[in-house]
Amino acid sequence: MEHIRTPKVENVRLIDRLTPRKSVVGTLYLSSTHTIFVENSDARRETWVLHSLVGSIERPPTTPSGSPLVIRCKNFQVYQLLLPQEKDCVDIQASLIRLSRPDRYGELFCFSFQPNVDKEEREKAWGFLDLHAEFSRMGIPSNLWHITPANHEYRVCDTYPSELFVPKSASPAVIVGSAKFRSRGRLPVLSYFHRDTSAAVCRSSQPLSGFSARSLEDEQMLQAIMKSNPASEYMYVVDTRPKLNAMANRAAGKGYENEDHYTNIKLHFIGIENIHVMRNSQQKITDVGDMRSPSMGDFLWGLENSGWLKHIKAVLDAGVFIVKAVAEEGVSVLVHCSDGWDRTAQACSVASVLLDPFYRTIRGLMVLIEKDWVSFGHKFSHRYSHLEGDPKEVSPVIDQFLECVWQLMEQFPCAFEFNERFLLQLHTHIHSCQYGNFIGNSQKERRDLRINERTHSVWPHLWENRAEYINPLYRADHSQSKGILRPVTTPYCFKMCSIWMRPRLEARNYI
Amino acid sequence: MEFSEHIKTANVEDVVLKLPFQPPMRGTLCVTGHHLLFSDRAEEREWQLLLLLRNIDAVEKSVENLLGYPQHPKAGQSQRTTGSSGTIIIKCKDLRILQLDIPGMEECLNIASSIEALSSLESITEMYPFFHRPRELSLNDPWGLSSPEQDYVQTERLWDRWRLSKVNSDFSVCPSYPGAMIVPRTVDDDALVKAARFRQGGRFPVLCYCHHRNSMVIMRCSQPMTGANRKRCREDELLLQAVIDESELGYVIDTRSAQQAQQARMTGGGFESKSFYRPWRRIHRHMERGKVLQESLIKLVEACGDPSHNMDRWLSKLENSKWLSHVHSALSTAGLVAECVERDGHSVLVHGSDGTDTTLLVTSLAQVILDPASRTFRGFLQLLEREWVQAGHPFQQRCARSAHSHARLRQECPSFVLLLDCMWQIWRQFPLALEFSEALLLRLAQEAYASDYGTFLCNNEQERCTLGVKENTHCLFQFLLRCSEREKYINPLYEPTELAIWPSVQPQSLQLWTGLFLRWTEHAETMAEAREEIWTIIKEHRERTGAEETTHTPPTHRDTFTAVENLMDELTIL
Repeated sequence: MEHIRTPKVENVRLIDRLTPRKSVVGTLYLSSTHTIFVENSDARRETWVLHSLVGSIERPPTTPSGSPLVIRCKNFQVYQLLLPQEKDCVDIQASLIRLSRPDRYGELFCFSFQPNVDKEEREKAWGFLDLHAEFSRMGIPSNLWHITPANHEYRVCDTYPSELFVPKSASPAVIVGSAKFRSRGRLPVLSYFHRDTSAAVCRSSQPLSGFSARSLEDEQMLQAIMKSNPASEYMYVVDTRPKLNAMANRAAGKGYENEDHYTNIKLHFIGIENIHVMRNSQQKITDVGDMRSPSMGDFLWGLENSGWLKHIKAVLDAGVFIVKAVAEEGVSVLVHCSDGWDRTAQACSVASVLLDPFYRTIRGLMVLIEKDWVSFGHKFSHRYSHLEGDPKEVSPVIDQFLECVWQLMEQFPCAFEFNERFLLQLHTHIHSCQYGNFIGNSQKERRDLRINERTHSVWPHLWENRAEYINPLYRADHSQSKGILRPVTTPYCFKMCSIWMRPRLEARNYI
Repeated sequence: MEFSEHIKTANVEDVVLKLPFQPPMRGTLCVTGHHLLFSDRAEEREWQLLLLLRNIDAVEKSVENLLGYPQHPKAGQSQRTTGSSGTIIIKCKDLRILQLDIPGMEECLNIASSIEALSSLESITEMYPFFHRPRELSLNDPWGLSSPEQDYVQTERLWDRWRLSKVNSDFSVCPSYPGAMIVPRTVDDDALVKAARFRQGGRFPVLCYCHHRNSMVIMRCSQPMTGANRKRCREDELLLQAVIDESELGYVIDTRSAQQAQQARMTGGGFESKSFYRPWRRIHRHMERGKVLQESLIKLVEACGDPSHNMDRWLSKLENSKWLSHVHSALSTAGLVAECVERDGHSVLVHGSDGTDTTLLVTSLAQVILDPASRTFRGFLQLLEREWVQAGHPFQQRCARSAHSHARLRQECPSFVLLLDCMWQIWRQFPLALEFSEALLLRLAQEAYASDYGTFLCNNEQERCTLGVKENTHCLFQFLLRCSEREKYINPLYEPTELAIWPSVQPQSLQLWTGLFLRWTEHAETMAEAREEIWTIIKEHRERTGAEETTHTPPTHRDTFTAVENLMDELTIL
């Protein structure tokens, strides 16, 4: 509360960016969690903006008609306000900047958000998704794969979940040794098991190979993964980075697997760019969406120049490659990038969506995000700037995954149980910090924050409202819904737009 | 002339046909006067391809003479003693590309030259519509859907201020206009004749639409021939004066830029000057036409034909083709016209230079935006008949060649394809508002270039009369309205609305018409499945609601209700 200098401003104009004559006058309130605009009209319509969704607050120069304030949200909504007094405007901006960027977790909305749910229900809600059950749904043969206790209390890797599936043949020494040879201890573990071919999708971070280092345990680990798929004689290591980046990492004592040391592996580079490139790309595509009545040429040029669709295609291509290996060649794949929590999560989850119809359902997509992103330590709080922090850590990694799914939905209108609204809603929740699911950067952090006791889970909430998210064209027995999805990633098959432009899709403007 | 002159080889056995995304087929190829026939009898199912030669835009041939060389090691399956063979690649006006591998060099060359000759016959009466005689149709069936006379008689709100003029009944006043037109009541035929002399090609201002809500009108014409020394024509001025009341204001939407309009004066054309046409305000909206538009289509089709482009290259090729910019300007100009009429309550006159391309594009799209009647199946076909066929869009010249042709461009221009693309954009944005579906637009895009029917033959009504098109060919529109055909083109989601439908012209709202430009790629299949699924849901819904009305037990049927509601939601936010 101490950050709110002016809790209420009257005679504020909320400007409709498209049709200025539709603008309305009302009162602006600042609460500890929301900015609230109440129209003066009889309807007294209210607009609520969650502080944690606010991305930036701009204050363009004061005009004779008042002081403008532009609130840009992380879900790409933009609110333009006109305040009568410059002083109020300065105050509101300062308060909002502070309120939208708390510097400790305790200030986040999820810790004060109290829906009408009792303790028992809350506990049940946190058990809504069961990853244990998910791994058994995959039909993992217990003679080949098992849960290792190695990461109990996060001893081996503090960014991984405590339960890890590894080849049964890998001894504890191999597991620990392999973890030591991997960046941040993120050793190769199972992400998805494809029952039809017994091939597995595994994930890890880059090896600490440098120019010449090797680790027998890590080599044995990969060998064990390959052997867990009895029919195959080799396996793929998919490095999702551009080869040049991977090579540059060797100078820092990291890098990629040396094919001479690992027997029977095939190394494949995909070329997904790093988080900094992606951040710039999203900025550019947001700017394209911001253009006031651009010409078709400006728009297409902006789209090309942003590189956004090129990056989306790269992520999809990574998924397609993994699917080919796993489903067609019947060969296991180890996916990694640098740390194995961004591009690796993207590639593994896209591949899972393509491989398994379950992940194309509402519950399935939730499980997938819980598994590949939440539990495997995707750094939600860093990437989506939940707290004041290093802007270089921010990047639209999961946005790109969701956009891949959206592009697939456009290509296969009958294949997905959910609709576009579901993706947008997920995106909002990832940024809004209203629920505890996406707080922090790893399972360990969430445990230390006692997220389960102090916040609520979003999954049951989404599930209860699933009627809103149903794709009417989905039928579980449709040919598109069954089996493997084989998308065409020829550029012309991409929608020339981004799902993130949709919230602002504007009305006509003929003049 | 006999077609057989052009056919040196009528039949070839053992030809391999390769269609995109299908396994090659082996069969017999046959050339007739109007068709290419391929039949595959090798398998149990008999499969045939009947291709109208007129549909062929370009033929590329290559032959290989292996005579005198040792037997090719890989020529395992078909060992012909001659050892020569050839390949013909056929590029169609409907954008399909097929390949024929023909054994025998001579046969191949013969077939190719037959196709080249027969696909580009110039004489209209030798074209297939004059020979198409299906059993279920009779030449005595009605031709066309309506006439200016019928339109006038049926539109009561016109009678007060408008009349039907038959001054052009012998096409002497304006060769590209139909015999009858609707003009202001106070203007007599003599004045029309004089006004026609002042307009390019005699296309004086005529009525094309009267808005049901406020009786404001859309008229169209060609440019006035003011020339360098600002000639004027009293009758033309009075004609336009007669359209609007003294106190009112009208808008002239000129589909050229102000600069182009100025330049047109050097060649005898021009525009309505403020001082002589007082109540009319002129707005210039530049729209591309002619060669520029044709080249745009060629570039776009070329870009769509190469799947090896990377994303950057594809987007830059797409931008470079400018096709979507043309879609954008057509829709926004039409939106402007509709806005003048519906929002501001003014009458509008539309013209460019000839008044046969961009003008018709704008007037017909504006009508779709404004008029619920033109969004029905029949109404849309009537609109096309009135605003394109009867209004003298020169189909014969414009659709002689399409995007693949290597021939030198003459008068080709895809104005009509652009209209259909704009219609598709409207359909995408308002999936419930049109009674017909994308399938109709695709069919029309094909028929305009190569058809069994006479509807799109010739450049205007005069030519159609001279050649007896209506007596000797069948009418496409009548055919499409037959029950069996109609069913294929109906939009299952159609829910008529009386309101104007305002399309968004934001670049991100406009998309590439994949249904047309990627029609022959793997992309098309999943979309077809989606359409089928929509049909299934709608049918189930109808059956259940039908059952419900009799049994009065709604709760169990809630599922389909939500499904259909969701469907509506889903499609409106597309």
